[in-house]
Amino acid sequence: MAECHPVGFQWVMEAKARGATVVHVDPRFTRTSALADLHVPLRAGSDIAFLGGLVNYVLTHEKDFREYVLAYTNAATIVGEEFRDTEDLDGVFSGLDRENRSYDPMTWQYEGAVVQAASGERDQEYEERTEAESTIREAARGEAHGAGGAGVSGEIHTDETLTHPRCVFQILKRHYARYTPEMVEQVCGVPQETFRRVCELVTENSGRERTTAFAYAVGWTQHTVGAQYIRTASILQSLLGNIGRPGGGILALRGHASIQGSTDIPTLFNLLPGYIPMPHAHQNETLDEFVQAEGAEKGYWGNLRSYLVSLMKAWWGPAATEDNDYAFGYLPRLTGSHSTYETVMAQLEGTCHGYFLMGENPAVGSANAKMQRLGMAALDWLVVRDFSLIESATWWKDGPEIETGELRTEDIGTEVFFLPAAAHTEKSGSFTNTQRLLQWHRQAVEPQGDARSDLWFTYHLGRRIRAKLAGSADEMNRPLLDLTWDYPVHGAIAEPDAEAVLAEINGSGPDGRPLSAYTELTDDGSTSCGCWIYCGVYADGVNQADRRKPRTEQDWVAKEWAWAWPANRRILYNRASADPDGRPWSERKAYVWWDGQKWTGHDVPDFEPGKAPDYRPEEGAKGPDALSGTDAFIMQADGKAWLYAPAGLVDGPLPAHYEPHESPFTNPLYSQQSNPVRQVIRHPENRYQPPGSEVFPYVTTTYRLTEHHTAGGMSRWLPYLAELQPEFFCEISPELAAERGLEHLGWATIVTARTAIEARVLVTERLTPLRVGGRTLHQVGLPYHWGPNGLSTGDAANELAPVVLDPNTHIQEVKAMACDIRPGRRPRGPALLEFVREYRRRAGITDETGMEM
Amino acid sequence: MRGWLESWPVYRQFRGEDRSGRGESAMSRRTAELRPRVGTADRVVKSVCPYCAVGCGQDVFVKDEKVVQIEGDPDSPVSRGRLCPKGSASLQLTTGSARRYDVLYRRPYGTEWERLSLDEAMDMIADRVIEARERGWQWEEDGARVRRTMGFASLGGATLDNEENYLIKKLFTALGAIQIENQARI
Repeated sequence: MAECHPVGFQWVMEAKARGATVVHVDPRFTRTSALADLHVPLRAGSDIAFLGGLVNYVLTHEKDFREYVLAYTNAATIVGEEFRDTEDLDGVFSGLDRENRSYDPMTWQYEGAVVQAASGERDQEYEERTEAESTIREAARGEAHGAGGAGVSGEIHTDETLTHPRCVFQILKRHYARYTPEMVEQVCGVPQETFRRVCELVTENSGRERTTAFAYAVGWTQHTVGAQYIRTASILQSLLGNIGRPGGGILALRGHASIQGSTDIPTLFNLLPGYIPMPHAHQNETLDEFVQAEGAEKGYWGNLRSYLVSLMKAWWGPAATEDNDYAFGYLPRLTGSHSTYETVMAQLEGTCHGYFLMGENPAVGSANAKMQRLGMAALDWLVVRDFSLIESATWWKDGPEIETGELRTEDIGTEVFFLPAAAHTEKSGSFTNTQRLLQWHRQAVEPQGDARSDLWFTYHLGRRIRAKLAGSADEMNRPLLDLTWDYPVHGAIAEPDAEAVLAEINGSGPDGRPLSAYTELTDDGSTSCGCWIYCGVYADGVNQADRRKPRTEQDWVAKEWAWAWPANRRILYNRASADPDGRPWSERKAYVWWDGQKWTGHDVPDFEPGKAPDYRPEEGAKGPDALSGTDAFIMQADGKAWLYAPAGLVDGPLPAHYEPHESPFTNPLYSQQSNPVRQVIRHPENRYQPPGSEVFPYVTTTYRLTEHHTAGGMSRWLPYLAELQPEFFCEISPELAAERGLEHLGWATIVTARTAIEARVLVTERLTPLRVGGRTLHQVGLPYHWGPNGLSTGDAANELAPVVLDPNTHIQEVKAMACDIRPGRRPRGPALLEFVREYRRRAGITDETGMEM
Repeated sequence: MRGWLESWPVYRQFRGEDRSGRGESAMSRRTAELRPRVGTADRVVKSVCPYCAVGCGQDVFVKDEKVVQIEGDPDSPVSRGRLCPKGSASLQLTTGSARRYDVLYRRPYGTEWERLSLDEAMDMIADRVIEARERGWQWEEDGARVRRTMGFASLGGATLDNEENYLIKKLFTALGAIQIENQARI
């Protein structure tokens, strides 16, 4: 965190100055470790074993926050009889369809009820939920960091004594019993004493008086089991009562200025704004059927129809009517996963002809960078919008494949347009930061030359296309021609008014006035709203994201600085900061509470303001009305935090440790080696390494540095930053240097089944050998910012990575790979290809390697 | 004589308040007359750092319609005026020599960039989208209505504004495209 989010880390140091203990769990020693009380190096790719060990410690030593667990989690809920755990099936869950490499999740459901997930994949049980026929296999997954929620149908059975053998609490105990300190040591390479110390620190710092927070970044997500990493932390934090309370939580430290905003208002294939799922193709699906399948009977997803109809009204205005299902049929339909890696496959297969790159640099920034470039070489046209000539704009001229002879510039048919982009100082708009805070940045100056904002580009492109197709009677063009696309423009370049777009996102009522809260949305077409969770950001016609009351003039929650979704709430599910009766768990940790009449406190309460703690819903109540006065997790189908996830994940209701797809070790926990439903892609340029291969004995992981940003498009061209980190390097321990004859500041070649790259060698004790599975393991650290263009140059670490994905999120596994490392520079030209082929021969790699379940 | 004496730091050190010689007494005239770049700015514009998702506040200083300095915003409860090495380099990011201000075009099988006007480029791109969209159009797949195009795709959005993401998703969805993705998966 000190490396990658340095200014955010000041708050960790502030907490430390007030007595907090800081533990840093990371394969490498960083600036964070230097300032932490305890640094715990572990094997990359073993965190579920580590966190599972913590869960086991909590359960074995009865360290859970029992009142919180009983009131706010699903610990007491009984799971159906058909469910079989990894304990019963040696590492897999019931419902595994080996032929299709997928799970049927129906046996994971609660007894007597079918619940919908709060987020994640919500189309899995479409047929059960609508009793409709479907001919298309549902393969696309939901978004893992969603706002989620959904419905329960049927009656949930519980056992408040937590002794029923099929209650979640008992299932959890059995599932994690094998995650002992001995096992953690063997899997993670963390000595038992160190691990026990972490267990004690975390549990002693949780309860009524104290809370523990977990902060993570892509070190947890870029795995074939990434969503399950976060799930394990969720289980632990829910058991300890650390969710919805000040100083608690599981905090995602995200890496781009608006990566949260571009997930909320998603430029993502599987979502509509506000985590409404994109519809899948079903026979004759109507709006009502969609809402029934994807929505919830209880909680705030019970109002899905209002959110969706209001979105359709924002997009299609008067063309969205009750008679045409509010233009629900205008939405294109999914038939499986259409993530960025499937798009590359479609480019290679010749079915995707054109490509827009809007401030992203996949030619070095995505896993198996060569496949990205080959995909672009198969396109008809490519539009690159960026500040400088990034690798994704110039690969046809000077990419690595030109050097190896695999591509010849004269043979590449791709037409390339480079359009310079405007900077944040040259346009107005909002970024949503990692804590869901929308902050407005104001335009300072006009962009020069041809530089334009993406608002300008998208608006004027749409205007031109609509003009060219105007008057068309083709049904295909109706959604485009009916689209609301009249934004006011200003200035010499006709820049669209960003605040007008924000107003549309916020939404308006029947009188055209801005709405103040998503609770005002209706499903009868009288309200419009471009993103329901952002409703209120333009309340009273005021740009709430542009509020800038200085921090010195308000309290520590700083509610008058910018605007947080939803409803300007700073901590989600904060009802859980009070006990079931509505009193703060302790004075020290008071945050929101029931004052006898209403909910009040330091933050905006995440609960209906007048709903008393003793409120119990009437039989048959729906939506928010069905939530009781203690159902703190208001987006959840049962109002509870899920220790066990009966729906929403495609790879199991509980996290289990699986080895990375390419691991030098066999799985000590189960005979199932890797996530059985991980997403593999078969392609000659994406050959996989066999597990346990002696040809690739080391583990490598990628990461960031303070002085550079992501794939380098905003940092490698800057003289200041290039001087601070002038070229690509690898970090290795003195022991590995001795083992392989690598010299400090010399060159190393790092090899995987895909290719070989070269890097300067940094021999440092920041990386330390670990004892894993009875042998010494060396790890190789690779910062991933580089590419051949710009001022600070080097090979891209992503050349090494395979495309193998988490089946929930379609995120690639680049945080734990197996590799070889040797002294000297890599071969040049066609010799590089032969060099890698020889490695593949030695490892016995074929097109079947790694494809096994 | 007095002026000459006062130009001598040791004299000032013994005569004035600054006995340790680390403040005013050691200051040369040139130093005393230095003014921060931000002091002569015409206006200060409130902004947010464009790098990571912490969301540090920035003050953008503008003089003669040019950005002359970018500093941390001390009012921000997120960052309290601080910026990291990247945020501190924002001036170079936004005004540095690496930025391009012209449209470039590489024709199919071409070996070099060519120049193109922005207007011409926009028109050509609009034509390309219409053509690729039609070529990749699907009404049905496996008997179910899909009403979509697989003909073009889009990648990126996490460095852009919410409003920009909104228009991208809205326009491309209305065109029937589904392969719309960003950095959230990397």
